[in-house]
Amino acid sequence: MDSQKTYNIHVREEGGKILLSLSGRLEIGNLHLFLSETDGLIRQMPPGSLRVDLSKVEYLDSAGALGLLQLEDRAKARSISLQFVNATEEAKRIMGLIDRRVLSMKPLASEKRSNIIEQIGEGSLRMLKDFVSIMTFLGDLLTALTRSFFHPRAVRLEDVFFYMKRAGVNGLPIVGLISFLLGLIIAFMSSLQLKQFGASIYVASLVGVAMVSELGPIMTAIIVAGRSGSAFAAEIGTMKVNEEVDALMTMGFDPTQFLAVPKVLAAMVAVPILTLYSDFFGIVGGLVVGVLGLDLTVYTYVQGTMSVISVTSILKSLLKAVVFAVLIAGIGCQRGFQVRGGAQAVGAATTSAVVAGIFLIVVIDSVFAILFTYI
Amino acid sequence: MPRPNGAGGELHMEKSNRKPIIVVENLTARFGDHTIFQGVSFEVYEGEIFVILGGSGCGKSTLMKHMIGLYETASGKVMIHGVDITRADEKQLKKIRLDVGVAFQSGGLFGSMTLAENVALPLQEYTDLSPESIDLIVKMKLGMVNLAGYENHLPEELSGGMKKRAGLARAMALDPTVLFFDEPSAGLDPITSAELDSLIKSIRAGIGTTMVIVTHELQSIFSIADRIIMLDKAAKGIIAEGDPRWLKDHSTDPRVKAFFNRKVMEQEGRGT
Repeated sequence: MDSQKTYNIHVREEGGKILLSLSGRLEIGNLHLFLSETDGLIRQMPPGSLRVDLSKVEYLDSAGALGLLQLEDRAKARSISLQFVNATEEAKRIMGLIDRRVLSMKPLASEKRSNIIEQIGEGSLRMLKDFVSIMTFLGDLLTALTRSFFHPRAVRLEDVFFYMKRAGVNGLPIVGLISFLLGLIIAFMSSLQLKQFGASIYVASLVGVAMVSELGPIMTAIIVAGRSGSAFAAEIGTMKVNEEVDALMTMGFDPTQFLAVPKVLAAMVAVPILTLYSDFFGIVGGLVVGVLGLDLTVYTYVQGTMSVISVTSILKSLLKAVVFAVLIAGIGCQRGFQVRGGAQAVGAATTSAVVAGIFLIVVIDSVFAILFTYI
Repeated sequence: MPRPNGAGGELHMEKSNRKPIIVVENLTARFGDHTIFQGVSFEVYEGEIFVILGGSGCGKSTLMKHMIGLYETASGKVMIHGVDITRADEKQLKKIRLDVGVAFQSGGLFGSMTLAENVALPLQEYTDLSPESIDLIVKMKLGMVNLAGYENHLPEELSGGMKKRAGLARAMALDPTVLFFDEPSAGLDPITSAELDSLIKSIRAGIGTTMVIVTHELQSIFSIADRIIMLDKAAKGIIAEGDPRWLKDHSTDPRVKAFFNRKVMEQEGRGT
């Protein structure tokens, strides 16, 4: 749709009145040109009357009709009385379809558009509501988990196994690969420094401590948050959109018990196992660097690792993993239950589940670091 | 006029000298091994309101999506303004699409944009108009669909009926000669639905746009349609074509009679 001029304006005087004769096609591509050209003509005219002959207009679309009505309004503003003559029925119908009052109407205020102060206030209230919502959901979840503990038959075991497979078994390759590479990187980077002091043997203990105490649980939790936390949010969110959650409630089911508990229980089993798996592959990654790059034997490396890993440190690591699992699955489910609206809200809930999950993992890990140091 | 529908279709048409804008010839739609319809042929004439109707799952929306080139046809032709869009290259298809507006069932509005931005998008993309002119056209189009003043609203702030009207305003942004509208009455209350019907008629009366509308709402059909085709799931094709009022009173096809009289077919259900 180019803006080539497809119309002509011919001006002449007829019995003391100015006659503006339009011909050709008045269409959308020419609107701007037509408005500026006619505006220039109107400005040169003295107050009086103007007749616009439309008999030679071959084509008129709604934008062309809009141009004619704008011409009339501009003429009126300069005290020129304008009259359209020889307009076809079609032209009259198109012009009749345009309500010229709406052209100067001010837009109604949108509830969604607010100033920065309001946005800060809304943001703070949203955070507060979010916090209350998370706490309420955690309360519901703990109640449901306690109930499940005393009434194990209420737990849908087939769902638990299904989610254990999805969150745990299906996550093995990516957790293994990332942990292996992580161990490899830590060993390689630390060896560059330790080599200078002839302390290459300590690479094994460094990798062992780092993986078991911190990186194993935290990396596993982050991967599970990205894979499964988001999937839980999307699944429950879609169920909300499809009114499946409402259907559960009307049938007397507790959605937390029915949908969230199997996911949380599955994560509580899968994440600690994945953490042990991650620890192992991280250590193997370090071992590869130790054996190939630092001339250590496999036996020396394993001895170095075993000397710093105790049963207590592994138990601490597993405790963290269980707490992270509850957080990841809980936040995923809570974000899913929060969905209102359509597909866009499901996408937002998924993103929010991952971001909030990772944030809480880091916060809780800091709390654990302090607790384990002083207790 | 050839009618190779192969479904024992019923035809009621008065002789017309009007120019066909859309010609569908022997169109077959298939998803994998499942044939939705086959050998469908009909014409849509300039300036008419043409309704595609039929029961759920008969392929109404699928037919519309084939007509606008969103789905690939298994066989057959869809000619719009003489161009076969099933064989057209991207350049030809783009040219045709600029002359065709489509209003979707749920509006199809972009959620991150205001109504004004939604309507302005095709104008910014395909014309050299100044921002002031675009602003004027947007106001005019929103005024035409009775949404004046809602320029700065986001789609999520609108009701279902308003979203459909806003979708219609966007579809009309470039003054297309053909307008497709998928299920305008779906999910709306009778009053909102009647308002939308009256809007469709006023747009046709004002601009003379040819409209192809997919619906199964009987009230809408009798209110807006000049001509209809009726699709049938079992027949996999057209079972009736013509003036809906005539077909309602004179059709001898039990499927057509059942549809217009809202009766359950005995062989399909438990009987009436």
